[in-house]
Amino acid sequence: MTIEILMPALSPTMEEGTLSKWLVNEGDSISSGDLIAEIETDKATMEVEAVDDGKIGQLLVPEGTEGVKVNTPIALLVDTNESPHASIKNIADKPYLEKEKIQSKPTNDKTISIEANSSLITVREALRNAMAEEMRADKNVFIMGEEVAEYQGAYKVTQGLLDEFGDKRVYDTPITEHGFAGIGIGAAFGNLKPIVEFMTFNFAMQAMDQIINSAAKTLYMSGGQMGCPIVFRGPNGAASRVAAQHSQCYASWYAHCPGLKVVSPWSSKDAKGLLKSAIRDPDPVIFLENEVMYGQSFSCPDDDNFTLPIGKANIEKEGNDVTIIAFSIMVGKSLEAAEILKDKNINAEVINLRTLRPLDIDTIIESVKKTNRVVTCEEGFPFSGIGAEISAIISEKAFDWLDAPVVRVTGKDVPMPYAANLEKLALPQVVDIVSASAQVCNED
Amino acid sequence: MNKNMAKKISIEPKMNYDLNLLQDMYKKMLLIRRFEEKAGQLYGMGQIGGFCHLYIGQEAVVVGIQSAQIDGDSIVTSYRDHGHMLACDMDPKGVMAELTGRKDGYSKGKGGSMHMFSREKGFFGGHGIVAAQVPIGAGLAFSHKYNGNKNVSITYFGDGAANQGQVYESYNIASLWKLPVVFVIENNKYGMGTSVNRSSAGENLSNRGKPYGIKSEIVDGMDILAVRDAAIRAIDYCRSGKGPYILEMKTYRYRGHSMSDPAKYRTRDEVDKIRKTSDPIENIKLLLNKMGVEDKTLKDIDRDIKSVIAEAAKFAQDSPEPSEDELFTDITIN
Repeated sequence: MTIEILMPALSPTMEEGTLSKWLVNEGDSISSGDLIAEIETDKATMEVEAVDDGKIGQLLVPEGTEGVKVNTPIALLVDTNESPHASIKNIADKPYLEKEKIQSKPTNDKTISIEANSSLITVREALRNAMAEEMRADKNVFIMGEEVAEYQGAYKVTQGLLDEFGDKRVYDTPITEHGFAGIGIGAAFGNLKPIVEFMTFNFAMQAMDQIINSAAKTLYMSGGQMGCPIVFRGPNGAASRVAAQHSQCYASWYAHCPGLKVVSPWSSKDAKGLLKSAIRDPDPVIFLENEVMYGQSFSCPDDDNFTLPIGKANIEKEGNDVTIIAFSIMVGKSLEAAEILKDKNINAEVINLRTLRPLDIDTIIESVKKTNRVVTCEEGFPFSGIGAEISAIISEKAFDWLDAPVVRVTGKDVPMPYAANLEKLALPQVVDIVSASAQVCNED
Repeated sequence: MNKNMAKKISIEPKMNYDLNLLQDMYKKMLLIRRFEEKAGQLYGMGQIGGFCHLYIGQEAVVVGIQSAQIDGDSIVTSYRDHGHMLACDMDPKGVMAELTGRKDGYSKGKGGSMHMFSREKGFFGGHGIVAAQVPIGAGLAFSHKYNGNKNVSITYFGDGAANQGQVYESYNIASLWKLPVVFVIENNKYGMGTSVNRSSAGENLSNRGKPYGIKSEIVDGMDILAVRDAAIRAIDYCRSGKGPYILEMKTYRYRGHSMSDPAKYRTRDEVDKIRKTSDPIENIKLLLNKMGVEDKTLKDIDRDIKSVIAEAAKFAQDSPEPSEDELFTDITIN
């Protein structure tokens, strides 16, 4: 009997990986639990164990192959007393080798044009580069957080920083968000420039008191004496299949509070330009990343001095019929929606907010004056969300320019479910943006 | 009541103490006492609003520790902070004007009693959330270590705060990273209205550093000389790079938790007994007498301090309220 050994999923968001090394040869007998291969994801290199006893009949994917999709057969396991070749013959008509086209580049690369003096890099690399560049430029910049040093980052965002900057600049903390957030704030009061990584912003709720009461409010309460130049960064929003306690967008929580700046990048360019600005900023900045975006590639300027201003939105696509306002992962979904809307003769404008506090109200209002219709997009809950705020601001400042009520596309008003189908229903999808846009365009 | 606290401090002249130093400590304690009495009065007159937590009774703690510090050391404490600011040589006028919510206050009237700061004097607040200052103090110590200077962070908190989780998160990291921080627990026996015995399991709060490998001492916080001696040991230890140190000061506040506290949780008798037997200011006064300082000199000191305080109170009431423009300043730097 022949068993297919499949490319395993090694994290909630992994879709593909590199088969970096085979630890067995064809013909080797193996037992359940033996190490058979090393697989590198964008997060980590992991060893794969055999789950059955048998003999390696054939290695289907050569080592060094990149972009091997999860669930692709990578080897065949046969009974120990069977001749490998005989059994392979039995399955030779399986067409999976042709069907599963093994790609050497991530799928989203092919449509991206690379701008001048730029390189195609992932959001993860852009964030890492931003930190490394700022740490080279300013010795007061340091990073602390769970697994940021020796483990190279839970999501590999801090990869290589320990090697380059050493343990006086890169600190692994215990799993005590409340304590290390407060220590970071104290260090910022002491004129250092800490970058505090939260493994995810879900865990930053443990540190909420220090972030709001200590970091955000102290400048005001001190009559301007106590600046707190600190960056709190990490993934925010939904990952994939990690359920309610690990999937929440905190944008509106932080954006609610005076004293904070709240930034949320979408592309690699955003990630680099905004994180560098956040690190240089004299105020506390909440930097909301997105785990699903880490592995996506975009054109990103190479220049060490490239920054993007905090407080300025970017029009990713110009249009006249409807303004779609989004941030973080929803920008990509909005651009996809805009493509689909073209077929319906709707020319959508897509605004990437980039910063949530201070919000770039001027760019929003100018766009409303042009399109007269607005759809807001966010992964967060609808009640008191970013969309609610934008809608209120438009009512106050551009009511007469509206041809239809503002429509909010948001996550559903439920804790994130685990089941795949329910999770998909709970999250805002491209189709929701398309139908909301069509709806506002059909109201006159 | 704790044995250490009940015992009067030795009034035998300690010749190893410089008379000028003792007089300075006496002056500072008296300044704090008179300042707080005046603040209590102004509160009663409606000149000070909100919460106002007086330090009366605890003066020896902050003054004794301050006498062992050097320039550049940082200090952070809770909302019972007036004494700490005066000990740091912050101007009583600026502190009092903040209490009255006026523009010449240290925070331009935007912080109030619980939230004042002076970077210049190394005073980092003044924090209103119980124990929030503890990780901040450890972070200040982190900045000293990072910068490679020899300064330490003195991080004060009360017995009530000692039960908050972030205190232990801070102990853990401070010990792991050998941060130069002296954690000073001002154990005044009551976290608001709940006595230590009713809120805190285990024997002494100082013991709680032991699992983290943090050296600790219990100190009679009513005896300024004992406080100073312990502070010298603790600060030397931190300065030499050995990591954090805990001083549990057994002290006592004579007034309620805040001005609005009727203090029904303890007897008048308990307060009076401590005032009579352990008052830190009375005790050092006796010591100064023994060392040959005349009553007249002490009376002159008291008179001078009263006039400083009267001036501060007048300044704080004459200073205008902040301009309405201040509502929208200092929210962010840029």
